[in-house]
Amino acid sequence: MTMAEFFLNDLTQTVLVFLTLGGLFGLLLGYASIRFKVEGDPIVEQINALLPQTQCGQCSHPGCRPYAEAIASGEAINKCPPGGEDTIHRLADLLGMEPQPLDGEHGIEKPKTVAFIREAECIGCTKCIQACPVDAILGAAKLMHTVIAQECTGCDLCVEPCPVDCIDMIEVTTNIKTWGWEAPENDDIIATDRMSDKAA
Amino acid sequence: MNTAKHTFHGGIRPLEHKEDSNTTPIEIAPIPPMLVLPLQQHSGPTAKPCVTEGEYVYKGQMIANAADASGASIHASSSGYVVAIEARLVAHPSGMADTCIVIETDGLDAAIETSGHPNWRNLNRVELLDILHRSGIVGLGGAGFPTARKLNTDSIDTLIINGTECEPYITADDLCMRERAADIIRGCEILKYIVGANSVIVGIEDNKPEAIESMGKAMPSSPDWKLVTFPTKYPSGGEKQLIEILTGRQVPRGGLPANIGIVCQNVGTAFAVKEALEDGKPLISRITTFTGQALSRRGNLEVRLGTPVSYLLDYMGYTEQKVPRLIMGGPMMGFALPDATVPIVKTTNCILAPDTNELPLPKPAQPCIRCGFCAEACPASLLPQQLFWHSKSSNFDQLDKHALDDCIECGVCSYVCPSSIPLVQYFRASKHEMRMRRNEQQQADKARERFEARQQRLEREALEREATRAARKAAAKAKAAESSRFADEADPVQAAIERAKAKKARLMQQSQQGAQMNAESALDSLKTKLAAQQSTLQQAEADEKSEKITTALQASIRRLEQQIAESETKPPSKDVEE
Repeated sequence: MTMAEFFLNDLTQTVLVFLTLGGLFGLLLGYASIRFKVEGDPIVEQINALLPQTQCGQCSHPGCRPYAEAIASGEAINKCPPGGEDTIHRLADLLGMEPQPLDGEHGIEKPKTVAFIREAECIGCTKCIQACPVDAILGAAKLMHTVIAQECTGCDLCVEPCPVDCIDMIEVTTNIKTWGWEAPENDDIIATDRMSDKAA
Repeated sequence: MNTAKHTFHGGIRPLEHKEDSNTTPIEIAPIPPMLVLPLQQHSGPTAKPCVTEGEYVYKGQMIANAADASGASIHASSSGYVVAIEARLVAHPSGMADTCIVIETDGLDAAIETSGHPNWRNLNRVELLDILHRSGIVGLGGAGFPTARKLNTDSIDTLIINGTECEPYITADDLCMRERAADIIRGCEILKYIVGANSVIVGIEDNKPEAIESMGKAMPSSPDWKLVTFPTKYPSGGEKQLIEILTGRQVPRGGLPANIGIVCQNVGTAFAVKEALEDGKPLISRITTFTGQALSRRGNLEVRLGTPVSYLLDYMGYTEQKVPRLIMGGPMMGFALPDATVPIVKTTNCILAPDTNELPLPKPAQPCIRCGFCAEACPASLLPQQLFWHSKSSNFDQLDKHALDDCIECGVCSYVCPSSIPLVQYFRASKHEMRMRRNEQQQADKARERFEARQQRLEREALEREATRAARKAAAKAKAAESSRFADEADPVQAAIERAKAKKARLMQQSQQGAQMNAESALDSLKTKLAAQQSTLQQAEADEKSEKITTALQASIRRLEQQIAESETKPPSKDVEE
């Protein structure tokens, strides 16, 4: 077999074509992996965006972001009581997992609360200010403190350090401005059901 | 007069019932014994009371300040004493109480001194908007959006005056246009001047021939002013629908009419604007339709804001029904009042008191049969059926994709549904839920930012503390070095130890090397000394020094000779040991 015959051979041509293509695509992919390199861990960001950002530490992590990092590295998704079932479902959707019930060890789902300092009793020790993870308490040493209600996440962390027990967690109730229509309930009956209800 | 060339998608033609209430002229309602003025009668921040309990207030006196530019102020609608500022049941679908200023009227109806601005053209836009803002003018069509804020926009080309009043039963705007067309047009001129519009279009449905006639007469004959009529169809009066009818243009999703150079105002609002500017009269009354078979007299009343509905119902001859149902607004978009004691507010265009046959309770909902009537009828071109499924399963992503935000809650879908599904209720609930979720998300984002900012601050503080400590340490060391005797030594203690070691080593070396050498050199030096002493002695004898000196020298020579003899006989001890 001469050199010319070798290159005109179908098999050789095929192999050469695919080798060339393989090489080209390899270069392309190599370039893309450098050019479009993703910095950081986007899944942590996505998980963090779903967490309620209460920063309460009930999941036994010091804040929502550390828990997001822990979830990304395989921790259970059911340790967030403030987020509750809703957050668990959204996390399960994001991570393609089965939703689990909330882990009771870390707390139970409670209605949203806001901290309130009984100002007459406050001695100005600044302990709650240091405990607040979102800097929602205003005050200075030996001066009265108060909670900025709009910024309070209701995490509870200020209650424990208070030496005079003057912090209450007040449940957020619906007022005329936050009220909204509710979906009609139990509409899955048919008209004849209603008639029999009346007859009975 | 023109007829509109465009129309909007869908819509319905329900029974109008307009003739129930539009045959009698507008009547001025009497002053009630008690006025209840809620602080929230508009969309935007709640007004702040500026009177105290027990204070006497005059008609037209401001009793609550607008919280900011996006709010609206409240004025006393008659004279009397403020007896309470407390939570009272208000006209709201929630049936909740809200803070109200309660005035016990004295019947004198004494008005506060005010002066209008008949020459309002001499004022600039900011001043005019300020007057409207202080007069508490809000959109009287339904939503109660503060007018000054709505007009505070640039690049407006067309002013649309909404005289549609498409909802069944309501005739307040109809009567207002019939009787007060000249004032409405004056108001329109003010509005046109404020927004700087080039043209004004007044849109009226063709079921109000009297209103069309009187408005046509009052309107200036200029090419800039157009009166456009269009066929009666619900909900032509919706802002976006009316814009499409009159101009053929659609407001972009999530946008405002101002985005396409249009601003819409209701005819009632135009009238209120005229009164506020030319007559100096704040918004303290409005025209409200009283209709329904449960009333013996039906018609339109000019009522003072804050008048309890029950008082007016009595005035119109209300017969209590077996299942009493009072609706504020029309049958399509209105809501059932929690109680008849609630007051009339700025947005109350109608009180509907139907009897049981007139407006039967809704039939129970049956399953969706996918007939698609709702999609055909939807004036916002949405797919109510899809929205219904997604609402039921709380699939908010899909609801967003299907543009639930564009739903105007007109109730057309529920009206046409052959299965009587209360579709609009589902949409209202879902819209509320989505709004809540958005708020929660915003709050969570804010909390995250604050948390991260705090973490950064703590880290920075820790670093700063560390840096100060290091700096302090360095400073202390420098000071110690300066004051030390051993300035060139790194550590004085160590240096002392080193010095001691070096000395010891040197001594060791000396003793090792020099033990023998010492002995020899000592002998040598002794011999030299001996020689020196002997020569000194000879010198002394020769010089005939005193006997004492020679004796001493002889003694030291003897001692030296003795030492030399000892050294020569005794070997060095160190050498022996080693």
